[in-house]
This record gives sequence, structure tokens and C-alpha cells, in this order.
Amino acid sequence: MSNVADAAPASSQVQPPARTSIGGLIAQTEIDLRLFGMLVALAVILLTFNILSGGKFFQPTNMVTLAVQASGVAVIATGMVLVIVSRNIDLSVGSLVGIIAMTYALLMTDWMPNILGMGPDFPFRWVIALGIGVGLGALIGGLQGFIIAYIGVPSFIVTLGGLLSIRGFVWYLSSGAAVSGLDPNFQLIGGGALGSVGGTLTWALGIAGCVAIIVLLINGRRQRRRYGFPVRPMWAEVLLGVIGSAAALGLAAFANANFWPKGLADRYAADNNIAVPAGGLQISTGFPFPIVLLIGVTLVMTWMATRRRFGRYVYAYGGNPDAAELAGINTRWTILKTYVVMGVLCALAAAIASARLNGATLDVGQSYELYVIAAAVVGGTSFAGGIGTIPGAVLGAFVMQSLAYGLSFMGVNSPGQNVVAGIVLILAVGFDAFNRRRGGS
Amino acid sequence: MTVAERKPLVVMQDINVAFGGVHAVREATIDLFAGEVIGLVGGNGAGKSTLMRVLSGAHPADSGEIRVNGGSVAIRNPRDAKALNIETIYQTLALADNIDAPGNLFLGRELTTRLGSLNDSSMESETRKIMGRLNPNFTRFALPVKSLSGGQRQAVAIARAVYFNARILIMDEPTAALGPAETAQVRNLVRQLKDEGIGIFLISHDIHDVFDLSDRISVMYHGRIVDTVNKNDTTPDDVLGMIILGKKPGEVSEKELAQLELRG
Repeated sequence: MSNVADAAPASSQVQPPARTSIGGLIAQTEIDLRLFGMLVALAVILLTFNILSGGKFFQPTNMVTLAVQASGVAVIATGMVLVIVSRNIDLSVGSLVGIIAMTYALLMTDWMPNILGMGPDFPFRWVIALGIGVGLGALIGGLQGFIIAYIGVPSFIVTLGGLLSIRGFVWYLSSGAAVSGLDPNFQLIGGGALGSVGGTLTWALGIAGCVAIIVLLINGRRQRRRYGFPVRPMWAEVLLGVIGSAAALGLAAFANANFWPKGLADRYAADNNIAVPAGGLQISTGFPFPIVLLIGVTLVMTWMATRRRFGRYVYAYGGNPDAAELAGINTRWTILKTYVVMGVLCALAAAIASARLNGATLDVGQSYELYVIAAAVVGGTSFAGGIGTIPGAVLGAFVMQSLAYGLSFMGVNSPGQNVVAGIVLILAVGFDAFNRRRGGS
Repeated sequence: MTVAERKPLVVMQDINVAFGGVHAVREATIDLFAGEVIGLVGGNGAGKSTLMRVLSGAHPADSGEIRVNGGSVAIRNPRDAKALNIETIYQTLALADNIDAPGNLFLGRELTTRLGSLNDSSMESETRKIMGRLNPNFTRFALPVKSLSGGQRQAVAIARAVYFNARILIMDEPTAALGPAETAQVRNLVRQLKDEGIGIFLISHDIHDVFDLSDRISVMYHGRIVDTVNKNDTTPDDVLGMIILGKKPGEVSEKELAQLELRG
């Protein structure tokens, strides 16, 4: 009844956290401590490998390669967070990536020119191919989601079946052969010197990031002021703005310190009649397209998870399925949608993977489900349901990939990398369990 | 009492619910008027909660009819019930522990901006207003409700039912988990809501609570409604007898009465 709601004034007698200790100071900035810890861990890993390799590791080239390698898993991990938060699992992502990657390859080498009448010169072939892949992903994801949510078969079983049978379909699609030769524009999705946005646009993105961070901070503060809620102290707002802006610009500068390989730059100079300077022509690559795609996916998924009803319902269902049902939420439809989202993300990851290969083999995406689940869990997603963040999962993917890349950089073979990855996974979850038991939630 | 002259707010007629072979509710008929509190009592497994879950849409009836304001309605799920302004405070509270108080209060009925995004600020503002009235000491609006005390969680659950213009309120053991002060608070709230013309079904084990707050008392026994009596025409002993024996006072034999007294 509205008269009840109108009766009392908004009470804003909330005490700000004590500002005596370092912990109190951090609390006032309202930084997510779990996320902050992950950033520190990532920095420690990168620095350790840099020291061990005598300063050769932490170079723009290596970091860009590492980031591109992590991007596919990170893209899918953003969706795996929602699936695990709502007390389900998706084991089929690797096979889904496989079948969509094969679909892209067959579309552009065979079906488009030979069946659909879209020759190599047909405009926007890569967009059409991507659209078909995304549609296929949404369809398969939706079908699995339907069986899980409406028929009630456990997600572990449905997606285990998907893992097996979809991988089998890949073989039938291509009659067991690898397929190569994608559209040149489509190949850019995979990154590389040409598949990057270039120096100028990278700076523009960095500056746009700064502006966005500052606008969000100011807007948030204004909003809380308007309703008379407690706000962060001014120093904390400024600190967050400065750190955020420095990070955005720092990443842009770092990516721009990565240059085209010499052969490519020389050819470019010859083609365009540019005199090559003494040290060679230095053209910045900037952010590779897969990283731009990952940033976009992370922003959109975070927005969906925190600012939209869909995300709220996913978390509510994960926290208490009965409560969500009794609150009148259409829980089945919500669960089904998480799998549609997964299908779409798999299609994007498949685009990155097939573009990097310039084609598709039978085993594209093999074991992705394990890396994706590991990334989400290391990033703080709990199998008990209801807990997990999307930026955390992306950071988790980067932590795992940094370890793998760093170890291989140090000459550790892939079984050795797996040993470390497995131990880190268990340690990360053990650390969370320890923290929760201490009441740190 | 002029109750009989007015039109009932809700009539549940000949409701049946079975779980497998267990007949949880049999041919139950009950009605509720505006501004009235009906105390629903009975032993464990008597079917009180199941009957109310039919009305709140949590578990549809196998057969029977529900009329709200004289019109026959179909309540297939909680959304249908809420659309009819039927709100429920569950014994388990039904809160999502990982979400904060405003998120729980508006769960399923979020306030959104024009573009359909969650409007967290206005939800928090509304929550502060209603909690300022229900539980002025409540200040933890940004924490997951998991970290709140039992009384605070109860306040969130009650605020959720009250905020959305409930006309029919179902309270399942609302004071079972509360201390004396909080229980008194809930009792005051029940009286106040009743004065505002809301019809309330109150499920309780506490016979004193029921006599204190109810206008009429319905006793359930093995899925049936034994009788619905005016509070002023009965005594706690008669009601207890009905709860234990499942028979109206006049139908009880001397032998059964003797057994009852032995037990009591």
C-alpha cells in the first residue's frame, strides 16, 4: 500500500565503514576485494615469469599473443558464470565451438560460393557467415536449454550428451576432413598484425574508456545524492577515477608498443612508397580484434548480469530456486535463456578460433569446457549457486592462460602446464572456501 | 457481526490436493472477508500450508473453485496470485540469500528505467521508506540478506508482501522464528493491516496468537476443515479439542473427552 510507503522519510543514517585501518580505507572505495585480489595475482604471475625469463617475458608481443590466446575461453567464461550461478553446468561448449567453427569454414569455402551464390566478391560475406554461426549457436543452446529447463533432464547429462554427439556431427559435416580458406575479412577476427584496430583507434578506445569510467562515477554519485543515500568519500571517487583512467590509457599505450612484423612493414612501405627509416618502419598494431570483441562481450554480459531483469533472475534462482519461483519469476524461461546466451558466445569464440586457424579441423574447441569452467571457478564462481562475477571469470581466464603461456615460455611442456593448472584451480577454490568459512563472504 | 451481509473477498470451495496417494486437502471450503483475520490451525500435516499454497499459486489444486470478489479465478502460479493482489509471507521467508534487501523486496516486480534496466536507486529508495516504517533500525540495504538477523529477514519478507497493495495476505507462521519484541511488532502490524481493510489468513501453531488476532478460526484435521467458528463463540479448549480429535465439540463422545482430558 502506497500510504505505508509514503509514511516514513528516507532514513540515511548509515554509518560509513570505520576509516582507521587499511582494510577500512579499501572498504570505503567499495572495490570488490575478490576482483582486486585476482588482479594482484595476475600481476604477480606476470612479474614472476618476467624475472625468471630475465625480462624477456613482459613484452608487448608476448602479452598481445597471450591475450589473444585467452580471448576465446574468456568470451565463453562470461556465459559460464550465468550457467553455474543458476546451479547448472554446460559441458558442451567445446563441441559447440567445434561445430560452429566447421560451419564457418564450410560456409565460406563451399556452401556460400556453390549453393548460396555468394562468391568471394559478395559484400559482407563475413557478417553473413557470423550471423549464421550465431544463429546456429543460439539454436543448439536453446534446444539444450529447453531439455534442461522444461523437460527436467539434469544439465550435466544434457550437455554431456551434447559434448559427445555434437562433436560427432562435426565429423559428418566435413566428412572427416579439415577445411581451410576463410574470407580474408573474417580472418581479421582472429587478430594478428592486420587483425588489429591500429594505433589511432587504440588511443581513441583508451580515451573513450577514461571518459566512460569518469561519467559512470559522476553519474553514480549524482544518483545516490539525489536519493539521499550515503556516498563514497571524495578521495575514493578521485582515486577510482585516476586508477581506472590510468589502466585504460596504460593498456592502450602497451598495445601500441606492439609493432607490425618487419616483413609485413617492409612490404607495406614498398607498396605505399614510404621510405623505411634506419630502425625499420614501426607501425603500431594496437588492440587485436579478438580483444576488442572480448571487451565488448564483457561489458554487455556485465550489463546483462547486473543491470537487467534477466541477470537478477539468474542470481535469484541461484541463491534460492524456490524463492525465485514463489516470487513469480518464470524460472524455466530464465534457465533456457542462459543456454541461448552460451550458444551465442560459443559462436563468437568459434569465430576467433577458426579465424586464427584460417579454417577448421575436427578438434577445434576440444577441452574448451574444462578451461572455461576452470576460468569461471578461479574467477570466484561458486558451484553452490548464486555467486560469481563476469569480470572475475575473464580475469580467471587470463590467470590460467598466463600460467600456461608463461610455463611454455620457460620451456615447460604441456603435461607440466596441466599439472600447474590443476593445482591452481584447486588452490583458488580452496582459498575461497577458507575465506567464506572465516565469514568474509 | 455484519460479516454475513457483505460479499466475501475470497471463497475457496471444495478444494482437493493430492500428492501421489496422500490426500493433503479434501473438499476444503473456506471464505475470507475484507478486514478480517482468519486463524488457520491444525496439527502437523493437517493441510493448512497446502491449502494456502493453492491460494498463493505455489501448488495448484487438483479440483475445486476459487472466487475472488465473487468472480471465479484460475490461479496456476504465483504470478496469477500476485495479479489478484494475493500476497504471501512464507514460513521459510522465500528470500534469495545472495541478493540485497531491495532486490528481494522487488524480486519479480523490479522497478526499471525507461529502457528496461533495473532502477536500483529507486528500488533502494522505496525499500528505505517502507523499512523505515516496519523496522526503523534496519540500515543494511546493500548487504546480501544472508548476513541479516532473523528479525531483519522477516521484516524484508513482510515488507515485500505489504508494499504491493496486498488485499489478501497469507501469513504462514509469521512469528515462529522471532523474539518477543519482534513478535509484538508483527502482531501490531497484523492489526494495522486488518484496519486498512486487508483480509488475512494467519497460519499458526500458537493458539494464543490465534485467539488474540483472529476474528474467525478454521480448524483443519487430516486435510479436512473440521469447522470454522467465530472467535467469540468458542474457547481455546474447544479449538484444541477439534485440532486433536478432528470433531466438533458436540460430536465428541464421553470416552474421547476423557482421553483428551487425560492428555491435556
